[in-house]
Amino acid sequence: MIPLNYFLILGAFLFCIGILGVLTRRNVVGILISIELILNAANINLVAFNKYLGTPDGLGQIFSLFVIAIAAAASVVGLVLVIAIYRNGKSVYADQYNLMKW
Amino acid sequence: MVSVAHLIPLFPFLAFAANILFGRRLKSASAIVSVLASSISLVLSLIVFKGLLDGECSYLLGKWLTINDVSINFGVNVDALSVMMLLVVTIVGTLIEVYSIGYMRGDPRYSRYFAYISLFMASMLGLVLADNFLMVYIFWEGVGLCSYLLIAFWFERPAAAKAGLKAFVTTRIGDTGFLLGIFLLFLATKTLYFSDLSHLVPVPQNEWMLTAAALLIFCGAMGKSAQFPLHVWLPDAMEGPTAVSALIHAATMVAAGVYLVARTYSLFVLNSFCLETVAVIGGISALMAATMATVNNDIKRVLAYSTISQLGLMMLGLGLGGYTAGTFHLMTHAFFKALLFLCAGSVIHAVHTQDIQKMGGLLPKMKVTGITFIIGTLALAGVPPFAGFWSKDEILLKAFQSGHVVLFGVAVLTSFLTAFYMARLIFLVLFGKPRSDLPAHESPKTMTVPLMVLAFFAAFVGLLGSPATHHAFQGFVYFGVAPEGETHASNGIMLLSTAIGLLGISLAYLLYMAGHKILPVSVRARFAPLYRLLLNKYYVDEIYEAVLVRPCLKLCEFSSTFDRLVVDGLVNGVAQVMQWVSATLRPIQTGMVQNYLLIQVLGVILFILTVAGKICFRF
Repeated sequence: MIPLNYFLILGAFLFCIGILGVLTRRNVVGILISIELILNAANINLVAFNKYLGTPDGLGQIFSLFVIAIAAAASVVGLVLVIAIYRNGKSVYADQYNLMKW
Repeated sequence: MVSVAHLIPLFPFLAFAANILFGRRLKSASAIVSVLASSISLVLSLIVFKGLLDGECSYLLGKWLTINDVSINFGVNVDALSVMMLLVVTIVGTLIEVYSIGYMRGDPRYSRYFAYISLFMASMLGLVLADNFLMVYIFWEGVGLCSYLLIAFWFERPAAAKAGLKAFVTTRIGDTGFLLGIFLLFLATKTLYFSDLSHLVPVPQNEWMLTAAALLIFCGAMGKSAQFPLHVWLPDAMEGPTAVSALIHAATMVAAGVYLVARTYSLFVLNSFCLETVAVIGGISALMAATMATVNNDIKRVLAYSTISQLGLMMLGLGLGGYTAGTFHLMTHAFFKALLFLCAGSVIHAVHTQDIQKMGGLLPKMKVTGITFIIGTLALAGVPPFAGFWSKDEILLKAFQSGHVVLFGVAVLTSFLTAFYMARLIFLVLFGKPRSDLPAHESPKTMTVPLMVLAFFAAFVGLLGSPATHHAFQGFVYFGVAPEGETHASNGIMLLSTAIGLLGISLAYLLYMAGHKILPVSVRARFAPLYRLLLNKYYVDEIYEAVLVRPCLKLCEFSSTFDRLVVDGLVNGVAQVMQWVSATLRPIQTGMVQNYLLIQVLGVILFILTVAGKICFRF
């Protein structure tokens, strides 16, 4: 059986890619995709721990299903915001928006 | 029917309310409102007088306030002294209001004037009727306020506004003493009622307190009655309308100081030092003001100095134990000095100048004013049988009997000077040839009728204290026990006072009338330094300016600078530091989401590293 560490390293790897993506991507859609990566990294961890720590009722798996559902909802909201911002400023590049300044 | 006394101040107060609220609509009717209110007060005063003669006395109106076990009531004080004051104030006040109808005609603030006058009447009558110190103090400030408002009535003129301020501030100094005196007296005796003063028994523990209280209360009286060294405001107060000068600054309000001393006389007689202080201050004021009056050329200011001088004489009389003498002079003085001021007002109304050197020969053109002026002058100069003679005679007699040679001398000298400057005034104003082209004419009826009525009083009111009426006044207003029989064997004094009065008038005649045998100019040249000293009012104003006013202003300037530089500096400094800090920190807020997130991630990494480091080092 594949040891637990492999899963954890995969999760951490995905998480780092996601963070890097969020921080460096200019395109807002790219940022949203990166956020999905971060969430999925967490999901991998949840499922892996569930298996290896031997919780019998599959709590981790249920939890990751919840995360997937909520992530879907969150990305809907995120996309709506992206569209709204795009309509307003004719740009999908995050560094061209500084609305959150005094 | 004494129990209507509390209504006396009410009517003028209602007139005040009506005039101040509906003055615009009342227009010239506001004068009628005021005069009517004062007349009602006059009638009520007469009723109260009748009641007092029938043996009724003070009564309680109601409870005012209670603090712990001290309760203060609205009491109405009806006794000989207060009824005398009531009559004086209402008679003189009503006449002056009638006079004002003519004098103030055409003034843009006509109804405002009558509102103030009515408020003054209400306060003054309240002051007279109050039976405890607290109420007296309230009304005391009320008359002070009205005085200020009326002196500065023509506030467009800077001099008038300044004079009002000066009067207010100067009397305020005295009033502060008065208030402290009330506190001290309450501390010593636990009472604020005048009626309790008469059976005060000084014990060694509170004796100094009572003395100090008496002196502090006298401070208040000094301020109001313009006694030295607080006399400086009264001559300047002549900037107000002349009718106001007559009512407030000659007949009634300035006499309130004398009234206060008389009212609290029991306090003063406890210690001979207090009485002597009163007498000495009175003597100094009397002589000082009389000398200043001899050189002044402003018709109203001469009368103002004369007022200070006469108030000084009253104080002198009171201080030497002449309770009756002082109050009697207060009464007669109110009539003839009001008359003199109104005459002066009538003259000013006609010729539009106050400089007596420019007047002259007005008698043929202004018969009524002229003749009443002469009556007033004779009354003030102490020529028998006019009012001033009898009352001044009483004071001289008291001074003589007291054995204070210096004060007696001061009183005699003051009487002489009084006769001199008053004679000088009428010789320069009424007689001789006109010295400049002045459009003199007689004043309207509303002004001359009060003059005639007042002249009647000025001529005959003194008889109340003469042998002709068996010294009715002395049997009515007295302190302690009633004087028994005819103790006024004062023929010598009468002769003396008549002689010095006539001497003063003759000297003035020689100087200003009799073909200029002695020229005033040469006298002036002979006594040049003295003349200059008198003309400059003993430099008292200048001394106050240098010693009090300027240091005060310096202090104010310093405070203002301190406030601007240090206090404001601190506040502004804090604000500036904040601005600098925020300006430095502001670039952090870029408005870019990814920057924020980066910082957040870095923070989390830092946090994790810290925790990891701790764990590593511990184990």
